[in-house]
Amino acid sequence: MTAQQVKVLVVVLALAAIAIVIPSMNSFVILLVTRALAFAILVMSLDILLGFTGLPSLGQAAYLGVGAYLTAILATKYQFGLGYDFWLVILFGILCGAALAAVFGLLAIRATGVYFLMITLALGQCVWGLAYRWNSLTGGDNGINLRVRPKFGLDLANEVTFFYLVFGFFAVSLLAMYILVRSPFGRSLVGIRERELRMQILGYNTWLHKYIAFIIAGAFGGLSGVLWAHTAGIVSPENVVLTTSVDALLMAVLGGAGTLVGGAIGAFIVFGLREYLSTVVPWWQYVLGGVYVLTILYLPTGLMGIPARIRQRRTRSKEETEERKLASVPS
Amino acid sequence: MLDYRYGPSTEGMGVDLRFWLIQTFNGISYGALLFLLGSGLSLIFGVMRIVNLSHGSYFLLGGYIALSVIWTTGSWVLAIPLAALAVALLGLLMERIFLRPLGFDPLRQVLLTVGFAFLFQQAALDIWTGNNFDINPPEALTKTVVVGGVYFPLYRVFMICTALVIGIVLWLAMEKTRMGAAVRATVDDAQMARGVGIDTSRVSMFIFALGAFLAALGGVIGGGFLSVYPGLDFEILPLAFAVVIIGGMGSLGGAAIGAMLVGLADNFGKALFPEISYFTLYAPMALILAIKPTGLFGRE
Repeated sequence: MTAQQVKVLVVVLALAAIAIVIPSMNSFVILLVTRALAFAILVMSLDILLGFTGLPSLGQAAYLGVGAYLTAILATKYQFGLGYDFWLVILFGILCGAALAAVFGLLAIRATGVYFLMITLALGQCVWGLAYRWNSLTGGDNGINLRVRPKFGLDLANEVTFFYLVFGFFAVSLLAMYILVRSPFGRSLVGIRERELRMQILGYNTWLHKYIAFIIAGAFGGLSGVLWAHTAGIVSPENVVLTTSVDALLMAVLGGAGTLVGGAIGAFIVFGLREYLSTVVPWWQYVLGGVYVLTILYLPTGLMGIPARIRQRRTRSKEETEERKLASVPS
Repeated sequence: MLDYRYGPSTEGMGVDLRFWLIQTFNGISYGALLFLLGSGLSLIFGVMRIVNLSHGSYFLLGGYIALSVIWTTGSWVLAIPLAALAVALLGLLMERIFLRPLGFDPLRQVLLTVGFAFLFQQAALDIWTGNNFDINPPEALTKTVVVGGVYFPLYRVFMICTALVIGIVLWLAMEKTRMGAAVRATVDDAQMARGVGIDTSRVSMFIFALGAFLAALGGVIGGGFLSVYPGLDFEILPLAFAVVIIGGMGSLGGAAIGAMLVGLADNFGKALFPEISYFTLYAPMALILAIKPTGLFGRE
């Protein structure tokens, strides 16, 4: 087996373990994991931009917001999406996320580095501003409460059933994104990340590649928004605020950018720290802030990068000892 | 009932000349506050190319430290310099100990500053609790002046004057002093500046501390009418970025114009079309960035 096959096997086993173990836990843990899974789709979508294309977006929460508000507005104002039409809402959520990204991408894609950070921040704030102020549509600061979850053969009010639904979407998204980044298209994204000029000289339309990646990320963001709305039961400006985008970015970096699974691990750790630790100790946010700061200072490749770093250190120290041996040989 | 915290009264007036006058005045006074916050952020970005997401925390911490000084000494006048200097020291330490060793990597710098913003947030919550506090200025500043039948709160006039004085001092320092010349050189081309013997590392340290100082000053003064509460840091931060982006990064004059534009747009937006008021602020900001990334008045 190649190293890549081993990695895939580990991920599949981990997913299977989650699917088997979690439903037998108490409802607090089930809800916690469901939330983390829904949000992890957003983090992985961001990782396509950040880790694979080299575009650090500070406004990814906008796509989650669009999907979530769409779900909430359709459900509360039109009673739409509470039966079999839930699947239509999923489709609409994906399309809306993609459409918003298609508009935003036109403005943002040309920018690079710090300017890309700033412009995505501004675009994210546009969506937040509408969510916060457009009272008649979004409920303003209070947000929108979703009273019931969809029911179609399956009763999603049952937390285990709902967990399996979100888990299913998570697994399918992970697979889809994995196929995407392993495809020739995904490889060219990595090429753009490494050296955009060289890709241009090779004849790639790098703008179009980045634009398509941006739209795909937006589509997955919209999907995660639909799931998030039903998981949390409330949609509010909190979901689109700058700190939510920053959270997604930090989760991706914490787990390891450019690994997809790393984003999911980051999401699990942060949700775990935030929701579990906060019930245990009052100073949990110091732990979270400390984890972020330490990761950025000492683990720029994230948790997924640890094995590689250890391997690197081992080979380096081996080389050093050999050099020392050679040096100590009397000539 | 008139309160110095609110803008001039519009009671009994229709949408007429007075409405425009009052909204303009409110916009300019809010712009004055945003100038204090934005000018520092703009200089930091210009010199170091750092997107400092803990700038809002400096603003908030400035307000909180001023409160503590007022509670212990009872002096508002003393609170302003003490709070600003304390936060400046904090910024200086952050730059020296954490940001400097990181080298130039925009993403890691941004994430580091936001990590600190979270830490400051929790620290502020622990020390000053989650309550809303007002920073009450001295009696003399809570009065109003009447000009042409319109009541202008003196406190807002004071805010405008402070920003004006700070702006002039900064401008003189940038244009007339040796340090200012070094800063301008670093903004234009850091590598060349190092080449001709300017210690850009020292310039960065100085500018970062200055930025924190100005933000904290804004926090103390802003605490008089925004009040001080948890969450203010991330509420005010995007506005500061709007100022920097519209005005142009690294340019003092740009920051002044940007602050006025954002202050006015914010006020008129909320008064005229409240439902999309933030959208009307951030959408132009995104457009400007897309068309001219260095901002309207930024140096190329």
